[in-house]
Amino acid sequence: MPSTASRRDCARRTVTAVNDDARLLERLRAGDEAAFVALVAGHHDAMLRLASHFVSSRAVAEEVVQDTWLGVLRGIDRFEGRSSIRTWLLAILVNRARTTGVREARSVAVADADAVVDPARFDAGGAWSSPPERWVEDAEDRLGAAALAGHIHAALEQMPPRQRAVVTLRDVDGLDSDEVCEVLALSQANQRVLLHRGRSHLRQALEAVMAGG
Amino acid sequence: MLAYRDPIVCREVVELVSDYLEGALPRRQRRRFERHLADCPHCSEYLAQMRETIRLTGRLVPQDFSPAMLAEFSELFRSWREDSG
Repeated sequence: MPSTASRRDCARRTVTAVNDDARLLERLRAGDEAAFVALVAGHHDAMLRLASHFVSSRAVAEEVVQDTWLGVLRGIDRFEGRSSIRTWLLAILVNRARTTGVREARSVAVADADAVVDPARFDAGGAWSSPPERWVEDAEDRLGAAALAGHIHAALEQMPPRQRAVVTLRDVDGLDSDEVCEVLALSQANQRVLLHRGRSHLRQALEAVMAGG
Repeated sequence: MLAYRDPIVCREVVELVSDYLEGALPRRQRRRFERHLADCPHCSEYLAQMRETIRLTGRLVPQDFSPAMLAEFSELFRSWREDSG
Protein backbone atom coordinates (compact mmCIF):
# COMPACT_ATOMS: atom_id res chain seq x y z
CA MET A 1 0.00 0.00 0.00
CA PRO A 2 1.21 3.57 -0.65
CA SER A 3 3.15 4.88 2.31
CA THR A 4 2.35 8.13 4.05
CA ALA A 5 5.72 9.42 2.90
CA SER A 6 4.96 8.80 -0.77
CA ARG A 7 1.57 10.47 -0.40
CA ARG A 8 3.31 13.43 1.20
CA ASP A 9 5.78 13.54 -1.68
CA CYS A 10 2.91 13.47 -4.09
CA ALA A 11 1.15 16.34 -2.33
CA ARG A 12 4.36 18.36 -2.31
CA ARG A 13 4.85 17.81 -6.03
CA THR A 14 1.30 18.94 -6.64
CA VAL A 15 1.80 22.14 -4.68
CA THR A 16 5.03 22.85 -6.57
CA ALA A 17 3.33 22.13 -9.88
CA VAL A 18 0.44 24.47 -9.07
CA ASN A 19 2.89 27.24 -8.19
CA ASP A 20 4.88 26.61 -11.36
CA ASP A 21 1.69 26.73 -13.42
CA ALA A 22 0.63 30.00 -11.83
CA ARG A 23 4.01 31.61 -12.51
CA LEU A 24 4.03 30.34 -16.07
CA LEU A 25 0.53 31.66 -16.72
CA GLU A 26 1.48 35.05 -15.36
CA ARG A 27 4.46 35.21 -17.71
CA LEU A 28 2.44 34.03 -20.71
CA ARG A 29 -0.25 36.61 -20.10
CA ALA A 30 2.42 39.26 -19.79
CA GLY A 31 3.59 38.28 -23.29
CA ASP A 32 6.79 36.50 -22.27
CA GLU A 33 8.01 34.68 -25.36
CA ALA A 34 10.54 32.51 -23.50
CA ALA A 35 7.72 31.22 -21.30
CA PHE A 36 5.79 30.12 -24.36
CA VAL A 37 8.79 28.41 -25.92
CA ALA A 38 9.41 26.60 -22.62
CA LEU A 39 5.77 25.51 -22.58
CA VAL A 40 6.04 24.18 -26.12
CA ALA A 41 9.32 22.40 -25.43
CA GLY A 42 7.79 20.76 -22.38
CA HIS A 43 4.61 19.51 -24.00
CA HIS A 44 4.87 19.45 -27.78
CA ASP A 45 6.13 15.90 -28.05
CA ALA A 46 3.44 14.46 -25.78
CA MET A 47 0.83 16.39 -27.75
CA LEU A 48 2.11 15.13 -31.07
CA ARG A 49 2.04 11.58 -29.82
CA LEU A 50 -1.45 12.00 -28.42
CA ALA A 51 -2.74 13.61 -31.61
CA SER A 52 -1.35 10.78 -33.70
CA HIS A 53 -3.69 8.36 -31.90
CA PHE A 54 -6.66 10.16 -33.40
CA VAL A 55 -5.61 11.08 -36.90
CA SER A 56 -4.24 9.15 -39.83
CA SER A 57 -0.92 10.79 -40.54
CA ARG A 58 1.98 12.53 -38.89
CA ALA A 59 1.32 15.63 -41.03
CA VAL A 60 -2.28 15.88 -39.83
CA ALA A 61 -1.15 15.34 -36.23
CA GLU A 62 1.31 18.20 -36.61
CA GLU A 63 -1.45 20.42 -37.94
CA VAL A 64 -3.68 19.53 -35.01
CA VAL A 65 -0.91 20.36 -32.54
CA GLN A 66 -0.08 23.62 -34.29
CA ASP A 67 -3.76 24.52 -34.23
CA THR A 68 -3.93 23.62 -30.54
CA TRP A 69 -1.08 25.98 -29.70
CA LEU A 70 -2.92 28.81 -31.41
CA GLY A 71 -6.05 27.88 -29.47
CA VAL A 72 -4.01 27.87 -26.27
CA LEU A 73 -2.65 31.35 -26.94
CA ARG A 74 -6.10 32.67 -27.73
CA GLY A 75 -7.62 31.03 -24.66
CA ILE A 76 -4.90 31.85 -22.15
CA ASP A 77 -6.87 34.69 -20.56
CA ARG A 78 -9.88 32.47 -20.05
CA PHE A 79 -7.93 29.63 -18.42
CA GLU A 80 -9.04 29.48 -14.79
CA GLY A 81 -6.47 27.09 -13.42
CA ARG A 82 -8.97 24.53 -12.19
CA SER A 83 -6.87 21.82 -13.82
CA SER A 84 -3.13 21.81 -14.48
CA ILE A 85 -1.86 23.58 -17.61
CA ARG A 86 -0.82 20.21 -19.00
CA THR A 87 -4.28 18.70 -18.56
CA TRP A 88 -5.82 21.79 -20.12
CA LEU A 89 -3.47 21.67 -23.13
CA LEU A 90 -4.05 17.99 -23.73
CA ALA A 91 -7.83 18.30 -23.38
CA ILE A 92 -7.88 21.09 -26.00
CA LEU A 93 -5.76 18.89 -28.21
CA VAL A 94 -8.05 15.87 -27.86
CA ASN A 95 -11.08 17.99 -28.72
CA ARG A 96 -9.41 19.29 -31.85
CA ALA A 97 -8.03 15.91 -32.82
CA ARG A 98 -11.48 14.37 -32.45
CA THR A 99 -13.04 16.93 -34.75
CA THR A 100 -10.26 16.37 -37.28
CA GLY A 101 -9.78 12.67 -36.71
CA VAL A 102 -10.41 10.27 -39.53
CA ARG A 103 -9.72 7.23 -37.42
CA GLU A 104 -11.74 8.13 -34.38
CA ALA A 105 -10.49 6.24 -31.38
CA ARG A 106 -14.06 5.80 -30.11
CA SER A 107 -14.53 2.94 -32.53
CA VAL A 108 -12.49 0.70 -30.23
CA ALA A 109 -14.57 -0.85 -27.47
CA VAL A 110 -13.32 -0.41 -23.91
CA ALA A 111 -14.59 -3.68 -22.55
CA ASP A 112 -12.90 -6.43 -24.45
CA ALA A 113 -13.68 -9.90 -23.17
CA ASP A 114 -10.39 -11.44 -24.29
CA ALA A 115 -8.07 -12.61 -21.53
CA VAL A 116 -4.75 -10.74 -21.33
CA VAL A 117 -2.85 -14.03 -21.00
CA ASP A 118 -3.58 -16.97 -23.30
CA PRO A 119 -6.04 -19.23 -21.36
CA ALA A 120 -4.11 -22.26 -22.63
CA ARG A 121 -1.31 -21.32 -20.22
CA PHE A 122 -3.49 -22.25 -17.22
CA ASP A 123 -4.75 -25.66 -16.14
CA ALA A 124 -8.39 -26.51 -15.46
CA GLY A 125 -8.10 -25.15 -11.92
CA GLY A 126 -6.71 -21.80 -13.14
CA ALA A 127 -3.08 -22.38 -12.04
CA TRP A 128 -0.17 -21.73 -14.41
CA SER A 129 0.63 -24.74 -16.58
CA SER A 130 3.01 -22.71 -18.72
CA PRO A 131 4.31 -20.12 -16.23
CA PRO A 132 6.22 -16.96 -17.22
CA GLU A 133 9.96 -17.46 -17.71
CA ARG A 134 12.11 -15.23 -15.55
CA TRP A 135 13.63 -12.24 -17.37
CA VAL A 136 13.19 -9.21 -15.14
CA GLU A 137 16.69 -9.31 -13.66
CA ASP A 138 18.62 -9.46 -16.90
CA ALA A 139 16.37 -7.97 -19.60
CA GLU A 140 18.69 -5.04 -20.24
CA ASP A 141 21.86 -7.12 -20.18
CA ARG A 142 20.40 -9.49 -22.75
CA LEU A 143 18.99 -6.98 -25.18
CA GLY A 144 20.35 -3.53 -24.43
CA ALA A 145 18.30 -0.46 -23.61
CA ALA A 146 17.94 0.75 -27.19
CA ALA A 147 16.64 -2.58 -28.50
CA LEU A 148 14.19 -2.82 -25.61
CA ALA A 149 12.90 0.67 -26.36
CA GLY A 150 12.48 -0.32 -30.02
CA HIS A 151 10.41 -3.37 -29.10
CA ILE A 152 8.21 -1.33 -26.76
CA HIS A 153 7.68 1.28 -29.48
CA ALA A 154 6.70 -1.43 -31.96
CA ALA A 155 4.25 -2.99 -29.49
CA LEU A 156 2.71 0.43 -28.76
CA GLU A 157 2.20 0.95 -32.48
CA GLN A 158 0.18 -2.26 -32.73
CA MET A 159 -2.12 -1.38 -29.86
CA PRO A 160 -5.68 -0.11 -30.36
CA PRO A 161 -5.54 3.72 -30.24
CA ARG A 162 -7.31 4.23 -26.93
CA GLN A 163 -5.12 1.71 -25.12
CA ARG A 164 -2.08 3.32 -26.66
CA ALA A 165 -3.25 6.79 -25.63
CA VAL A 166 -3.81 5.72 -22.02
CA VAL A 167 -0.54 3.79 -21.68
CA THR A 168 1.47 6.56 -23.32
CA LEU A 169 -0.04 9.30 -21.18
CA ARG A 170 0.36 7.31 -17.97
CA ASP A 171 3.68 5.54 -18.44
CA VAL A 172 5.63 7.70 -20.90
CA ASP A 173 4.30 11.19 -20.16
CA GLY A 174 3.72 10.54 -16.47
CA LEU A 175 0.16 11.79 -16.10
CA ASP A 176 -1.81 10.42 -13.15
CA SER A 177 -5.10 8.57 -13.60
CA ASP A 178 -7.25 11.64 -12.83
CA GLU A 179 -5.44 13.65 -15.51
CA VAL A 180 -5.80 10.91 -18.10
CA CYS A 181 -9.53 10.60 -17.35
CA GLU A 182 -9.94 14.33 -17.81
CA VAL A 183 -7.89 14.53 -21.01
CA LEU A 184 -9.52 11.56 -22.72
CA ALA A 185 -12.97 11.99 -21.11
CA LEU A 186 -12.89 8.49 -19.61
CA SER A 187 -14.32 7.10 -16.38
CA GLN A 188 -11.78 5.79 -13.86
CA ALA A 189 -13.00 2.23 -14.48
CA ASN A 190 -12.57 2.50 -18.25
CA GLN A 191 -9.19 4.14 -17.85
CA ARG A 192 -8.07 1.19 -15.73
CA VAL A 193 -9.38 -1.37 -18.23
CA LEU A 194 -7.49 0.31 -21.08
CA LEU A 195 -4.35 0.65 -18.97
CA HIS A 196 -4.57 -2.98 -17.92
CA ARG A 197 -4.98 -4.27 -21.45
CA GLY A 198 -2.25 -2.00 -22.81
CA ARG A 199 0.34 -2.77 -20.13
CA SER A 200 -0.44 -6.48 -20.33
CA HIS A 201 0.08 -6.33 -24.08
CA LEU A 202 3.48 -4.68 -23.60
CA ARG A 203 4.51 -7.30 -21.03
CA GLN A 204 3.46 -10.01 -23.46
CA ALA A 205 5.51 -8.40 -26.22
CA LEU A 206 8.60 -8.24 -23.98
CA GLU A 207 8.10 -11.86 -22.97
CA ALA A 208 8.00 -12.89 -26.63
CA VAL A 209 11.20 -10.95 -27.33
CA MET A 210 12.97 -12.54 -24.34
CA ALA A 211 11.88 -16.01 -25.43
CA GLY A 212 13.21 -15.38 -28.94
CA GLY A 213 16.46 -13.71 -27.89
CA MET B 1 -17.66 -12.43 -10.05
CA LEU B 2 -15.21 -13.80 -7.55
CA ALA B 3 -16.60 -15.20 -4.35
CA TYR B 4 -14.76 -13.55 -1.47
CA ARG B 5 -14.15 -16.79 0.42
CA ASP B 6 -12.45 -18.65 -2.41
CA PRO B 7 -8.72 -18.23 -2.85
CA ILE B 8 -7.66 -16.36 -5.99
CA VAL B 9 -6.18 -18.52 -8.75
CA CYS B 10 -3.35 -17.56 -11.12
CA ARG B 11 -5.71 -16.95 -14.05
CA GLU B 12 -7.47 -14.29 -11.95
CA VAL B 13 -4.23 -12.72 -10.72
CA VAL B 14 -3.19 -11.69 -14.25
CA GLU B 15 -6.52 -9.87 -14.67
CA LEU B 16 -6.38 -8.16 -11.27
CA VAL B 17 -2.74 -7.13 -11.41
CA SER B 18 -3.33 -3.61 -12.78
CA ASP B 19 -6.06 -2.84 -10.27
CA TYR B 20 -3.63 -4.04 -7.60
CA LEU B 21 -0.84 -1.77 -8.87
CA GLU B 22 -3.32 1.12 -9.14
CA GLY B 23 -4.40 0.62 -5.54
CA ALA B 24 -7.93 0.03 -6.82
CA LEU B 25 -8.62 -3.37 -5.26
CA PRO B 26 -11.01 -3.37 -2.30
CA ARG B 27 -9.13 -4.19 0.91
CA ARG B 28 -10.34 -7.77 1.28
CA GLN B 29 -9.57 -8.58 -2.31
CA ARG B 30 -6.14 -7.03 -1.99
CA ARG B 31 -5.44 -9.27 0.99
CA ARG B 32 -6.52 -12.34 -1.00
CA PHE B 33 -4.35 -11.19 -3.91
CA GLU B 34 -1.33 -10.78 -1.64
CA ARG B 35 -1.95 -14.12 0.06
CA HIS B 36 -1.86 -15.77 -3.35
CA LEU B 37 1.37 -13.96 -4.28
CA ALA B 38 3.05 -15.06 -1.07
CA ASP B 39 2.58 -18.71 -2.10
CA CYS B 40 3.00 -18.41 -5.87
CA PRO B 41 6.45 -17.69 -7.36
CA HIS B 42 4.99 -17.63 -10.90
CA CYS B 43 2.51 -14.89 -10.13
CA SER B 44 5.20 -13.01 -8.19
CA GLU B 45 7.33 -13.16 -11.33
CA TYR B 46 4.36 -12.00 -13.40
CA LEU B 47 3.85 -9.01 -11.11
CA ALA B 48 7.58 -8.21 -11.30
CA GLN B 49 7.37 -8.34 -15.10
CA MET B 50 4.45 -5.91 -15.12
CA ARG B 51 6.44 -3.52 -12.91
CA GLU B 52 9.50 -3.88 -15.13
CA THR B 53 7.36 -3.29 -18.24
CA ILE B 54 6.05 -0.07 -16.72
CA ARG B 55 9.57 1.00 -15.77
CA LEU B 56 10.97 0.29 -19.23
CA THR B 57 8.06 2.08 -20.92
CA GLY B 58 8.72 5.07 -18.69
CA ARG B 59 12.20 5.37 -20.12
CA LEU B 60 11.02 6.11 -23.64
CA VAL B 61 12.07 9.71 -23.84
CA PRO B 62 10.39 12.51 -25.70
CA GLN B 63 12.32 13.64 -28.72
CA ASP B 64 14.56 16.61 -28.34
CA PHE B 65 13.65 19.85 -29.97
CA SER B 66 15.67 21.26 -32.77
CA PRO B 67 16.56 24.97 -32.58
CA ALA B 68 14.63 25.44 -35.85
CA MET B 69 11.49 24.06 -34.27
CA LEU B 70 11.81 26.33 -31.26
CA ALA B 71 12.35 29.31 -33.56
CA GLU B 72 9.14 28.41 -35.34
CA PHE B 73 7.23 28.60 -32.08
CA SER B 74 8.83 31.90 -31.14
CA GLU B 75 7.49 33.18 -34.42
CA LEU B 76 4.02 31.80 -33.71
CA PHE B 77 4.02 33.50 -30.33
CA ARG B 78 5.17 36.84 -31.74
CA SER B 79 2.50 36.90 -34.41
CA TRP B 80 -0.16 36.03 -31.80
CA ARG B 81 1.04 38.85 -29.53
CA GLU B 82 0.96 41.33 -32.39
CA ASP B 83 -2.55 40.24 -33.38
CA SER B 84 -3.87 40.40 -29.84
CA GLY B 85 -1.94 43.45 -28.74
